[in-house]
Amino acid sequence: MYRQISFHTHSQQSTTQPLLTKYNIHDNNNGKNDKNRSTSIIFVSFFVGRCHCSTWIYVFLMNNRIYFQLFVSFLKIGAFTFGGGWAMISVIEREIVDNKKWIGKTDFLDLLALAQSIPGILAVNIAAAVGDKIAGKRGAVVAALGSIIPSFVIILLIAMFLTPDTIKGNDTLRRIFMGIRPAVVALIVSPVLNAARNAKINAKTVVIPIAVALSIYSGIPYISNPILYIIIGAVVGIFLYHRRITEKSIK
Amino acid sequence: MGIYIKLIIAYLKIGLFGFGGGYAMLSLIQKEIVGNGWITNQTFTDIVAISQMTPGPIGINSATYIGYAATGGTILGSIIVTLTVVLPSFMLVIYASHFIQKHKDSPYVKGLFMGLRPVVVGLIASAALLLMNKENFTDFTWSIAIAAVSFCFVHFTKLHPIYVVVLAGIAGYIIY
Repeated sequence: MYRQISFHTHSQQSTTQPLLTKYNIHDNNNGKNDKNRSTSIIFVSFFVGRCHCSTWIYVFLMNNRIYFQLFVSFLKIGAFTFGGGWAMISVIEREIVDNKKWIGKTDFLDLLALAQSIPGILAVNIAAAVGDKIAGKRGAVVAALGSIIPSFVIILLIAMFLTPDTIKGNDTLRRIFMGIRPAVVALIVSPVLNAARNAKINAKTVVIPIAVALSIYSGIPYISNPILYIIIGAVVGIFLYHRRITEKSIK
Repeated sequence: MGIYIKLIIAYLKIGLFGFGGGYAMLSLIQKEIVGNGWITNQTFTDIVAISQMTPGPIGINSATYIGYAATGGTILGSIIVTLTVVLPSFMLVIYASHFIQKHKDSPYVKGLFMGLRPVVVGLIASAALLLMNKENFTDFTWSIAIAAVSFCFVHFTKLHPIYVVVLAGIAGYIIY
């Protein structure tokens, strides 16, 4: 349909362009056209004498459409992910990779690897990595903010107006969440299978994820530490790739 | 003023040394926050319970709540603490992804991701395994049925996960 978004374009002009090609496939100067259009909108609204605040907001949104869309997507993702970063993966996959097609499947897997290798809150790491890949640093800020604002607002309202017991003792909420919690586990199982396919796991390499999952699940000190497997994976990967290249060059 | 600086230091630590996401970070948060006497253990348990009933990562939820409670009920406090817990890892992610982008054709980066991809599959699988516990599966009939049906909807019919969560919530309300 439209060009895949290239990695890290820094100027605003070029970051908005790939997204705009989605709407006007045959026009190569969409970013420019869009700016012209918004300038003419301001001009016309001056002429008609109706230059409201809404016009400026409209123009601002037109010129920053990619950031706005990213923000709205991650607002949605943040508002509906219960259980933190892991449950977020399937929602982001559907929203960003399948529906909007902003990033490819293997790229998404690599971003997950990056987000998991870095300490901190996983959900925010994923949002920042995905936002950065789609629209650069500003995209990362917008995506991360979008993903934290829903929970921030809800918790702040609870802290301001409610006592913990009203939430804990609420029977309706308790019943709803008894349904949501097992569903969230199912939402995490689905990306496991997708990630396995995208990582091109075959009958031989399937041992690696199974061993990693079971070791972390075992809860044995040190052995159950995920960082260990990230380091091992990185070192072994570099070693094997290096060996493959040297073998090829010898041939 | 002093409380702000102490909170910022504590949450910088949580943001920098918390690994594994969500519940793996809980013990670290507990040590920093309850250990410093800002909230009681009971309040901390309450925050965890609330986090399970509200959307969003628990790291953010606890930061917002504690930022509000420990500064004597100021919104500014909760904003500062929430941003503090996010900031270190956010900078690291940006820095790392730009570094990787710059060297994306290097054999080291290619090998790195080749090695990390199967591990990531294992990490997500381990999260799913760890969540298959008594807290999420309160009974062994309806919970498993909800999980199985949700999985089929998400994986095979490609229904948007958001709708699955909403439907599961409605199902839970009707069943229990």
